[in-house]
Amino acid sequence: MARATGTRNLTMGTRARLARRRWGVFYQERVEPIFLYGRRNPSLIVGLAMLGTLLLFTIIGLFGYAQLEPHTNDPSQNSRLDAFVSGGAPVGDKRLPPSWCTWCEDIAELEGDKKPTLFQYPMGTDTQSRDLLATNLRGIPLTLGTGLIAGLLSVGIGTVTAFVAAYYRGLPDVAIRLLTDVGISIPGLLVLIIIRIQLGTELLWWQLGAGLAAVGWVFSSRTVRSQVLVLREQPYVEIARQSGMSGLAIIFREMMPNLIPYITASFVASVAGAILASIGLEALGLGDFSSPSLGMTVYWVIQFGAITLGMWWWWLFPLIFIVIIFVSLFLISAGLDEWSNPRLRRQV
Amino acid sequence: MGDDSLATSSNSRRNPALTGRQNPVLTFISAFFGNFIVQRFLLFLLTVWVAATVIFILPRLTGQDPVKEKLLLEAQRGGSVQAGMNEMAQEYSARLGLDLPIQEQYINYITDLARLDFGYSIAYFPRTVNEIILDSIVWSIGLMTVTLFLAFVLGTGAGALLGWSRSPGWLSYAFMPLLTLSAIPQYMLGLVLMFIFAIILNWLPFFGAYSPGNLPEWSLGFVLDVLRHAILPALAILFSAVGFWAIGMRGMMVNTQGEDFMIQADAKGLNGTRIFVRYAIRNALLPQVTGLAISFGTLLTGAVLVEVLFQYPGLGNTLFYAIRVSDFFQITGIVMTIIISLAMATMIVDLVYPLIDPRVKYTQS
Amino acid sequence: MVTTEQETRSSSASADEEFALRVEDLKVYYGTPRGTVKAVDGVSFNLKQGERFALVGESGSGKSTLAMAIMRLTREPGHIAGGHIYLNGRDVVDMPEREIRSIRLREMALVPQGAMNSLNPVMRVGDQIIDGILDHVMTDESPPSKSELDERIHELLIRVGLDPNVARLHPHELSGGMKQRVAMAIAISLDPNIIVADEPTSALDVVVQRQIMQTLGRLQEGLEAAVLLVGHDMGLVAQFADTIGVMYAGKLVEVGSVPDVFKDPKHPYTQLLIESLPSFDISRKFVGIPGMQPALLNLPPGCSFNPRCPSVHERCFREVPAFLPIDGRGVACHLYDGETSGVPPLAGEMSEGQRGAAN
Ligand SMILES: Nc1ncnc2c1ncn2[C@@H]1O[C@H](COP(=O)(O)OP(=O)(O)OP(=O)(O)O)[C@@H](O)[C@H]1O
Ligand code: SF4
Ligand SMILES: [Mg+2]
Repeated sequence: MARATGTRNLTMGTRARLARRRWGVFYQERVEPIFLYGRRNPSLIVGLAMLGTLLLFTIIGLFGYAQLEPHTNDPSQNSRLDAFVSGGAPVGDKRLPPSWCTWCEDIAELEGDKKPTLFQYPMGTDTQSRDLLATNLRGIPLTLGTGLIAGLLSVGIGTVTAFVAAYYRGLPDVAIRLLTDVGISIPGLLVLIIIRIQLGTELLWWQLGAGLAAVGWVFSSRTVRSQVLVLREQPYVEIARQSGMSGLAIIFREMMPNLIPYITASFVASVAGAILASIGLEALGLGDFSSPSLGMTVYWVIQFGAITLGMWWWWLFPLIFIVIIFVSLFLISAGLDEWSNPRLRRQV
Repeated sequence: MGDDSLATSSNSRRNPALTGRQNPVLTFISAFFGNFIVQRFLLFLLTVWVAATVIFILPRLTGQDPVKEKLLLEAQRGGSVQAGMNEMAQEYSARLGLDLPIQEQYINYITDLARLDFGYSIAYFPRTVNEIILDSIVWSIGLMTVTLFLAFVLGTGAGALLGWSRSPGWLSYAFMPLLTLSAIPQYMLGLVLMFIFAIILNWLPFFGAYSPGNLPEWSLGFVLDVLRHAILPALAILFSAVGFWAIGMRGMMVNTQGEDFMIQADAKGLNGTRIFVRYAIRNALLPQVTGLAISFGTLLTGAVLVEVLFQYPGLGNTLFYAIRVSDFFQITGIVMTIIISLAMATMIVDLVYPLIDPRVKYTQS
Repeated sequence: MVTTEQETRSSSASADEEFALRVEDLKVYYGTPRGTVKAVDGVSFNLKQGERFALVGESGSGKSTLAMAIMRLTREPGHIAGGHIYLNGRDVVDMPEREIRSIRLREMALVPQGAMNSLNPVMRVGDQIIDGILDHVMTDESPPSKSELDERIHELLIRVGLDPNVARLHPHELSGGMKQRVAMAIAISLDPNIIVADEPTSALDVVVQRQIMQTLGRLQEGLEAAVLLVGHDMGLVAQFADTIGVMYAGKLVEVGSVPDVFKDPKHPYTQLLIESLPSFDISRKFVGIPGMQPALLNLPPGCSFNPRCPSVHERCFREVPAFLPIDGRGVACHLYDGETSGVPPLAGEMSEGQRGAAN
């Protein structure tokens, strides 16, 4: 209590200055070391670069390649993207290996007898004559988008519940803790399977993301809550509380700078977890059948036995994209781990 | 030598004199619920109950009666199960009382669950869901318990070496790329393994748990056949699970080495092996075991998909087929079975935990 | 020729008998991304057998770094950049790891900081006392029996003032003071002749602090060991130690017997330290000295103390003062090297408070 007297009369200006200093310290202690550290241990940088390259590839592809003339006689298709979007089984070249692969075993069924040119189908076509490059180009943002929605919602709900639990203590704390304890030991994917089956309708990419967040927020909540509990006992938070600073101000000015590494790490983990689960759900046949997401491609691959048919291009390219997504997220989260836990920095 | 008291034993123990004076029934009740084992068991029940309730309530919030609709749909579709359809619809109307008010339906549902009775399969009527689960669960338990246990041991060992500052430097160069690859989903890895070892090299079978001509029997040939079939799915699960544990353990080792007692262990001039095993690993293992309980779910769902990929006749693959034919009762039965097994596994881990961490006591509330 | 060699050897041997610990021009640096931190920079001192030496100085002056270097426990990113540490005559600076392990606990032991979690939380106290003993059994010795070990634990716990039953407990069941006693029991378990104690009483309450220091003193007398005590608290240190060394910014600036230094501090920094003590006998942390200790990364040229020194001279900005022996003591300050006498201090630039503090 004695401590409080000195700080009770802090003016707004002083408080703002203190807050600015805290963010300044945040920059010095948390952000600057990343750059220093990035030079020595590049996992964060490499991860971000991988993800960035994938996004760039997708954007260029979507606005470049996917807008090209399709190679079908179907008049309803204006671009290669339509070759997929129109659904069903468009008329066209089936089971075509990547057209640059001149040595590939020819199991294609051509429509007409025109041989495809060298770069006509860079990733081949599937048994229903879909252009697989266009399919993947559409699939990457869908899959990433599902993960992003799920990640944002999970971290949002997780952070808010963590603060409510830590701030109000007592009953809300007990309730939220119990809920997360219970939620963590129920595999969310299985609950989603049941819900999806009972709903009977197919889930769009963002609905899937929201559903994944509904079962995935408990992990974020747990991570953030344990960190908030540590911070709550810090002397500077105590001083701010006693000086009459409002709860929100304490949270955003005093605690947030120190929580950001954990929230970011939790976000990346949520995104990765949600993408993993969404691909799993889709591979089980519970995805949106009109969607070309990476997980649906995996589903078709299994359904049509692409592996035994020898259609390696059907599964190899989406596999590469999925590997890039997961490895880059892994590297980013490893980098973030070291950000929030300086001890790890000395290793590797 | 009058300095501080000849300090005696712990203060964390209950004082019998104090509790003895109270009402014996109350004492019993408070001791009972204060007991760690009882509390953990209650949490287990709560977990299963919440999962069951969520599964029951959420779909009904949409206002449809999914079960009824599914049954009607199946009845319309007819096909191979046509013969039993009417009986089954009656059976369910009677047993589940589909026209009963929702709270009574719920009570029936929970009572059946408590008896672990998941009813009849729609697709394979008149087989019960329990029969189907019993057939397939053996394969899952065989595949998953072995691989997940192996993964924990191998991964924790690898992580301990990776995080140990006195390990040779080449170790992390050799293993870190491998660990990075473990971020790839299990079923994706399964795809690659299947392509390389079953299709291109043709060394191993690529589907099933045993060769189609074979009948399950206790002969050496059959056992070897089963093992051969299990290799690829097991590897797919192992690889990413090993990486998962190795990464966790590596982080814990690094943290543990920053602890004061590690400096003190060095200052005592202990030999390196003792510090590594009794000080570093022993302490780093504790959060790893806590993590075991949390990660079961993720690893298990991954393994379910690997079963689907390799058409391994376990619970996962059965679930996949149940989903394809919209066999609602079978799906619920399998999902609840997995959830209950998981909740049980995490409970066992939590109950064993106090044995390895002296700071946690069974009596503590 | 032969005789001279033998002579030198025997003379150095006699020096070793006299000095349990000799530190010569020791340098311990930390390599950080922002530059090299010279946490210990050219420190020399000797410790006689049975002597109690106290090291004081502000936080960050390099005391712990020095203490850890003596135990050869310097950790990344730190390294011993130069100098020698003679422990009972042998240099530990480039001793192989195996050998250093065998002499830890047997010849030198560490009593850790009171606030530290220096006990392994998952092992019983008794096991932590004996594992050090077990790992120091010589190859030609037979390992001690179970009953011998039990007896040893019993005896050690009694010696540090604990109930022998404590051996069966886990660290979390002990109070801070009890943990510190266990740490002392471990430290004396192989009768070392040098004990390094880095703030053994920090974070303990005042009563327990005194009891722990008393116990440490009693143990030191029993073992006739040399003790290097690191401490903040001048009062507590003064009661315990025979000799005191004052560190400032990685350098030892003054060494002398406790009565001498307290009666007649030579170095301006020591003078300020002692003046800021309210009274000799009341133990209290010193309140403060105007100015801040400079960051070790960019020390001012010349004497590191020059920004805060009340007697600063023009020379102090150019030359680093050497460590000079005077009157059986030692001090590193230009005021005492005979060349500065007569030059008036640059008092004009000093604040009121500093002038008051200067004599
Ligand atoms: N691991 C490290 N990396 C970089 N610099 C370090 C490290 N450890 C210590 N230092 C620096 O070395 C200097 C001396 O630190 P040391 O811990 O020896 O001080 P001290 O005198 O023991 O202080 P205290 O009284 O607070 O314990 C400090 O300036 C500190 O910044
Ligand atoms: S050398 Fe100069 S600056 Fe340093 S302590 Fe002596 S008088 Fe002060
Ligand atoms: Mg220190």
